[in-house]
Amino acid sequence: MWGIYMSKITCECGHVNPEGTVLCEACGKPFEANQHLNNNKPEQLLNMRYDGSARRSQTYQRTFIDKTWNFFSSVKIGVSIIIVIVVASALGTIFPQEMYLPPGSDPSTHYKDQYGILGQIYYQLGFHNLYSSWWYLLLLAMLGISIVIASIDRFVPLYKTLKKQKPKRHPNFMKKQRIFGETDSGNIDYKKLKANLKSKRYNLYEEDGNILAEKNRFSRWGPYVNHIGLIIVLLGAMLRFVPAMYMDEFLWVREGETKQIVGTDGIYYMKNKDFILETYDMEDEGNSQFRESLQKQSAPVPENYQTNAVIYKRTDLPVVPGKEPELKKVKEAEARVNHPIPLENGISLYQASYQLNEFSSMTFKLHDKGDEDSNYGEFTVDLIEPKDEYKLDNGTVVRLERYFPEFELDDGEPKQVSKFPRNPAFIFEVDAPGEETEVSFAGIGVNIDASGNNDYKLGLTNFETRDVTGLTVKKDYTLPIIAVGAAIFMIGVIQGMYWNHRRIWIQPKGAGVWVAGHTNKNWFALKKDIDRTLEGTGIAFPVDQQEEKDAEERRKDDGIISD
Amino acid sequence: MELSAISSNLLYASFFIYLIATFIFGATVKMTNEKTNRKLGNVGIGLTVVGFLTQIGYFITRWIAAGHAPVSNLFEFMTFFGMMLVFGFIVLFLIYRITLLGLFALPVALLVIAYASMFPTEISPLVPSLKSHWLYIHVTTAALGQAILAISFAAGLIYLIRQVNQEKATKRTRWLEFVLFALMSALGYIVVASGFGAADYKTVFEAPVNEQMTEITYEMPAIAGPNGGELVTEGAFGPLFETPGWMQGVNAPVKFNTIIWSFLAGLVIYGLLRLILRKRIAKSIQPLLKSASPRLVDEVSYRSVAIGFPVFTLGAIIFASIWAQEAWDRFWGWDPKEVWALITWLFYAAFLHLRLTRGWEGERSAWLAVIGFAIIMFNLLAVNLIISGLHSYA
Ligand code: HEM
Repeated sequence: MWGIYMSKITCECGHVNPEGTVLCEACGKPFEANQHLNNNKPEQLLNMRYDGSARRSQTYQRTFIDKTWNFFSSVKIGVSIIIVIVVASALGTIFPQEMYLPPGSDPSTHYKDQYGILGQIYYQLGFHNLYSSWWYLLLLAMLGISIVIASIDRFVPLYKTLKKQKPKRHPNFMKKQRIFGETDSGNIDYKKLKANLKSKRYNLYEEDGNILAEKNRFSRWGPYVNHIGLIIVLLGAMLRFVPAMYMDEFLWVREGETKQIVGTDGIYYMKNKDFILETYDMEDEGNSQFRESLQKQSAPVPENYQTNAVIYKRTDLPVVPGKEPELKKVKEAEARVNHPIPLENGISLYQASYQLNEFSSMTFKLHDKGDEDSNYGEFTVDLIEPKDEYKLDNGTVVRLERYFPEFELDDGEPKQVSKFPRNPAFIFEVDAPGEETEVSFAGIGVNIDASGNNDYKLGLTNFETRDVTGLTVKKDYTLPIIAVGAAIFMIGVIQGMYWNHRRIWIQPKGAGVWVAGHTNKNWFALKKDIDRTLEGTGIAFPVDQQEEKDAEERRKDDGIISD
Repeated sequence: MELSAISSNLLYASFFIYLIATFIFGATVKMTNEKTNRKLGNVGIGLTVVGFLTQIGYFITRWIAAGHAPVSNLFEFMTFFGMMLVFGFIVLFLIYRITLLGLFALPVALLVIAYASMFPTEISPLVPSLKSHWLYIHVTTAALGQAILAISFAAGLIYLIRQVNQEKATKRTRWLEFVLFALMSALGYIVVASGFGAADYKTVFEAPVNEQMTEITYEMPAIAGPNGGELVTEGAFGPLFETPGWMQGVNAPVKFNTIIWSFLAGLVIYGLLRLILRKRIAKSIQPLLKSASPRLVDEVSYRSVAIGFPVFTLGAIIFASIWAQEAWDRFWGWDPKEVWALITWLFYAAFLHLRLTRGWEGERSAWLAVIGFAIIMFNLLAVNLIISGLHSYA
């Protein structure tokens, strides 16, 4: 206790200041021993940073905790972190991130194939997933820590100092303000001065004839308010990793199909009544203004993507696995881009993707290899639920050996590309009564006879298609948190940027008066305020000592200074 | 006359009014008499306001003709950006009344608008993801924010030309010349593109794109041809060499060729000026800026960042996120355009911190204003033209 007491600084004005104070909290007197903390030089104007208050980071530098605190409270470090994030973020845009690669591509080969050796390096360094990499998240975390510590380090002492400031200021404080002026004598109209200051919305504080006129102190808190907003946003973004807060699922639903909506615990179902893709019609009178632009396009320009959906809710709760659900219609709704369908509990369905003309069924007929007109019977394969075998009228059994929803021939071998029926093909075994089993491979535009000496052939006679809609099912409880953070951030920035903290000190000196002024930004407006309030009061306009210094240097340098 | 024709005429008119206003602001430089200077400044700002209202007329008539706000393609967005630049200039002029600012801010706006008209100008329909009120709200505020930030570049440039020591060549004089050269390259591009456009110049190549022979049309003589391409147009000029293979996409060689042309045209303009002036460009302008108070110009530069930063945050980060949440089901997706908006925002945050707490005023702050503008232009042009992003319905 005694040690702390000893390190307090008692000013000649009687005020007791905490250790590390640069300018007395009450009267602004510069304390010799601490001037180096704000880089003050005797011949220069005072550095008014945080009003010379005692900041922890400037005062204690011994223990590990002190050092960590000082590291994160340094703006040099803070800005360095920002710059590193900027550079890293920029690197992440050189090639597409993994999530934006065309569906189905393999990142381990894609980058090399598309972008050569640079792409390979990019991939190997992990830049293809930069924004979720541990080190990028670590940078964001460091940014957050830095914001918190730097803010506390400054806000607390600054708040205390501004609360304790007194109208009467030390002469050295007055003389070393950027705006300063002396009036030696004269008829000074204090009444008018005060009236003028009040009409400019200054708050007046008086002590023995000394006046402090102050306005917009609240704007000094702007940075701290906006930093709180930033922290809330960062915390909200981190909550993403808590599963209950966030859900991101995808749902493919074919036209006519009813599907359980993933992520709703089996309670919601939706039916895709119709998927609609509209493109701009050049001939339509309503689109005449777009004709020139549309003519230039090689492909039709989409106008609307829409799913007409019916939303159902399961009524037989609790859900018994395997039991056929009893559904009650909740509503019919349309999901369009920019117009998601809201469900309950913050879950929404977004129109995100689609697949046109997927095959839904294919009909084959069995005929003689050499004779297209012969017919031993037809069968239809439902591509959603293909059967293992199909019996024809003449007793022939066609067994479905393998089904490729989307196939590609790779060296004569069929290979599965995806599980979506976009280009289906089948390996059939044909078992005609009393004959040997034949194997054939049939699809759109292919019909391969496996052994080369088949008697029969399976010919495609008909098919049906339908559209598929792709919807994302999203729930994000972090949104309100992030929105609140963003709002607080905006309030803070506006508070700090569109208002400025201005102070004018008036100090009677003999028959005359001293005037000094300070603002945290926008000196131009402060000078205007001072000039207007001093008009007609008998007080001479103070000067901008900084401008005078500049002008002097410029004169020395023949008009051009070089910093 | 059709509404869309009226609209483009209004745009032309505003362009020329801005041009005249620029010359009037230029004339104030030589006026030593404060009164005439003030009067001339009033004429200048009056004309600027008239030009601005004319351009508002363009904007409204085009909105009516299209049926949606004209901020949906690069031409529309850039002209709007130019209009907001003028607006930002008017606001800052009314606060500080620095006529010199007009001489620097208006040419930047003119360059932006002229550059815009090099892109397809037809009214284009909206794809589904753009059909949202948030398109207007987000794009207009983002452009306004960027434009006010760009005013800090104009002021910063005045500061640098005024203050950088031109006695001998240093790193700083070279960088300053480079900035001026970059502006001239933009001008050069406009000159070259309009020239070949007027002559209806076309060269067609056939080249493999994704293993398919594709026709590629150049609208400027091909200095860099497509990789593995074959000239189809008979007797056409070029190519002198091929575009490197790692530049992907159908349009890559055309864009690369355009960049080379801009660079060359910039060099020619810059070279001619150097020949005529016989000294560094900045050195030649420097004496004209003597009357400007560096500290005031510096404050204008900072003030535009202080005013522009919140607007930019609101438009380019917050409104953008709200819209992205509606259109793409996620408010932030690390798409290149989004990342570059974040980079711009972080950069200006760094600018503010360096200035407020580390005393980076004057020249350092002016250099930062220049870099900030470069980042904004990069996001506007390079990200749209070079880095392919998601910003259309995928
Ligand atoms: C994305 C990151 C950040 C943003 C957007 C941000 C935003 C701001 C803004 C707008 C101001 C007010 C500036 C002015 O009035 O000119 C400010 C002030 C400040 N910021 Fe940050 N900041 C960020 C990160 C940081 C970090 C990492 C630090 C840590 C060192 C920090 C420390 C400060 C300090 C010390 C002030 C000055 C407070 C004052 O003088 O009253 N900021 N910040």
